[in-house]
Amino acid sequence: MNAVIPTSRRDFLKQTALAGGGLVIAFVVPAANRFAHAQETAAAAPFVPNAFLRIAADDSITVLLAHSEMGQGIWTSLPMLIAEELDADWSKLRVEHAPAAPAYAHAMFGMQMTGGSSTISSEFDRYRQAGAMARALLVQAAATRLGVAVTDCRTESGKVIAGEQSLRYGELVDDASKLAAPASVILKEPKDWKLIGKSSRRLDTPEKITGRAGFGIDVRFEGLLTAVVLRAPIFGGSVKSVDSKAAMLVPGVRRVIQVPSGVAVVADHYWAAKLGRDALAVEWEPGPNAGLDSEAMRLQFRELAASEGLQVTQAGDAPAALSAATAVLEAEYVVPYLAHAPMEPLNCTVKIDADACEIWTGTQFQTMDQMVAAQITGLKPEQVRINTTFLGGGFGRRATPVSDFVTEAVHVAKEAGAPVKTVWSREDDIRGGYYRPMYLHRARVVLGEDGMPSAWDHSIVGQSILAGTPFEPMMVKDGIDGTSIEGVADSAYLKAVANHRVQLHSPRTGIPVLWWRSVGHTHTAFVMETLVDELAQRAGKSPLEYRRQLLKDHPRHLAALNLAAEKIAWDTSKPLMGRARGIAVHESFGSVVAEIAEVSIERGQIRVHRVVAAIDCGVAVNPDGVVAQLESAIAFGLGAALYSSLSFKEGRVQESNFHDYRVLRLSEMPLIEAHIVASSAPPSGVGEPGTPPIAPAVANAVAALTGQRLRELPLRPTA
Amino acid sequence: MKLRVNGSEHEVTAAADMPLLWVLRDLIGLTGTKFGCGIAQCGACTVHLDGAPVRSCVTPASAAEGKAITTIEGLSADGSHPVQRAWTEIDVVQCGYCQSGQIMSAVALLAAKPDPSDADIDAAMSGNICRCGTYQRVRAAVHKAAELAKS
Ligand code: FES
Ligand code: FES
Repeated sequence: MNAVIPTSRRDFLKQTALAGGGLVIAFVVPAANRFAHAQETAAAAPFVPNAFLRIAADDSITVLLAHSEMGQGIWTSLPMLIAEELDADWSKLRVEHAPAAPAYAHAMFGMQMTGGSSTISSEFDRYRQAGAMARALLVQAAATRLGVAVTDCRTESGKVIAGEQSLRYGELVDDASKLAAPASVILKEPKDWKLIGKSSRRLDTPEKITGRAGFGIDVRFEGLLTAVVLRAPIFGGSVKSVDSKAAMLVPGVRRVIQVPSGVAVVADHYWAAKLGRDALAVEWEPGPNAGLDSEAMRLQFRELAASEGLQVTQAGDAPAALSAATAVLEAEYVVPYLAHAPMEPLNCTVKIDADACEIWTGTQFQTMDQMVAAQITGLKPEQVRINTTFLGGGFGRRATPVSDFVTEAVHVAKEAGAPVKTVWSREDDIRGGYYRPMYLHRARVVLGEDGMPSAWDHSIVGQSILAGTPFEPMMVKDGIDGTSIEGVADSAYLKAVANHRVQLHSPRTGIPVLWWRSVGHTHTAFVMETLVDELAQRAGKSPLEYRRQLLKDHPRHLAALNLAAEKIAWDTSKPLMGRARGIAVHESFGSVVAEIAEVSIERGQIRVHRVVAAIDCGVAVNPDGVVAQLESAIAFGLGAALYSSLSFKEGRVQESNFHDYRVLRLSEMPLIEAHIVASSAPPSGVGEPGTPPIAPAVANAVAALTGQRLRELPLRPTA
Repeated sequence: MKLRVNGSEHEVTAAADMPLLWVLRDLIGLTGTKFGCGIAQCGACTVHLDGAPVRSCVTPASAAEGKAITTIEGLSADGSHPVQRAWTEIDVVQCGYCQSGQIMSAVALLAAKPDPSDADIDAAMSGNICRCGTYQRVRAAVHKAAELAKS
């Protein structure tokens, strides 16, 4: 069946003429939209941008992205959705980030943002509808012009064709923009797709291989100054006194100013600002967190784990079953604080005028940025113009609920009284907070006669990333932050256990924490998948069979698991001498990914040679893009599994740059073979779901190789 | 001081020890060369001095005087260099931020070793961090570029 979408009832598609000739397909803001709605009522501006698609008389087609390109490939896959329905000439496509405006709010989250691996799933209909609507209008315009029936017209590669005659879209845009909007649009049936489901090369490659791509850090214009900020060495610390004499003597330094987050040195260029900062003498008030120590925290977390927490979920009577049992597997797991360390250090350029504030930055959180900038400058949100540049990686760091780096940059520009680009050094980034929180899990499991788990008691300890943020009222229920427990509370495994209980402790530590690629699943998948592997071993069953049995009612898990097992020939092949294989499968962001890692240990170090991965993500819009994201997510997770860790002593972060905050390097990259489960289900997440299974797959392989169960990240085998 | 970048002369006023990276980016305006760590750990700032790869974040600008400085912008404007063509064919890039450095390291490697082995690639390219994890495609693209350069 074709999907017939009534445009009038949904009332969010409309067309207008493009100034200077052309057709614009725009979206009207849905009224139910929380954040956007507040802005809409505040907005008295005559023009609020809302275009998603512009077709000009020269045939060029511009697609506006409501989400940010940070490597995940939506610069290509969102245009594919429009081009599919529009039958566009792919070579005529241009792509731009949309400005910040209510029309671009995320269909599920109600604010303009990129995250949760949700861009394609949330835009799959909207972008296709925009393309279909434009096509319907162009066909109508062509039919009228040619004096034929609409049904006698077809479209292909940017043209409407009727018999021997054809008209280019560019020739039709003016007529099309004056037509009444069609009552409904019809989307193609999947069997007629020409682009969706076929790999398209990235549209941003030409700019990114020539140095032309504009990242936030590359913004330059006449009069723009650069600032670096000296922030408190301990979170929650504050400035006691500043001596800026030496800093002001550095050639190129213009001003030293105080902002809420520290002391900013504003200069003609980065190097002068950095030297100026080095020359600052600042005395700090250490604040309440001067005693922070990650080793001590771990002991506190351990104690908490053994005490009563908030009840997350339960079935049967796990405590009773455990106390009656003779053999209990008891295990503790720990994962450290992690920085996102996106390749492009954080930065934000701000220019404030009497009645406008213009911002250039790579951001995942436009609506928040706009709101905080409005607040600080005393302007209305619609007077704040956000130019989203390419993001040199995000991984969640460019989506802080308090817009930390934008807030700071607006303060700097305001105090400096000049346009300023505030740039973070790598050390600022590693020590600047907003980390994946440290977590400790304690699990106690009893196996039944059949070797399958019969009782499971699970306690999770770690900071809530949403507590104290504007998201708390929406996303923390009865004190339980869903991002702390995702992957355990909703685990397919637990559902198969008659007696189970999950408890949560969310201690506050003073360390700013944040979502980090795959959020709670970064720790929950590690725990669940290594624990299930250990249970399989205790039960004397193969890790693959054991999982199949526990997951027998979960066809998508099974499909991913079976595809990965088939591709590595689990049953019929053996790894090379000195190597072993480990499996993990995990659901996150609506998708299921199975990974099988092949590892050896060389000079005491884990070496991962090969990873076979399989994902069920519904329809894969751009299959090679999905493969690239699996490679990326595995590399990201593998760096954390093997190397990355932040520690605190006397309140201070000990690591500072890539020499001591290790991430994966090329020589450590395994061969990755990524496969996609064939599916006609609606698309689900792709950017993140590949990360959670890699750490447990590697840990399970190490256990198979050495017998050691490593329950702490990063994985460090003992010799 | 006088610097010759991508064949053009630039007269800049800068302290002798100002890193070449910031002279290129902030004084000359060539922003294709990237800042990633500032301590020769990530390779994002890789440029060539007389064809040899250097980390411009720790190279004083004065050390580049009298040498031919090549940046990503000097490779080709249209992406037609064999390494860039290979990058396009393999669809290497993701966020793209590390890619100027990756490409400059690859060009230098191929100049020294037209037919690099995987071990050569490991040795020459492991100083270039990619947080998007494009390593597998970088490796494939270096091999591809070696092929393209021959044909
Ligand atoms: S910025 Fe020069 S090596 Fe990282
Ligand atoms: S492509 Fe993003 S860091 Fe390499």
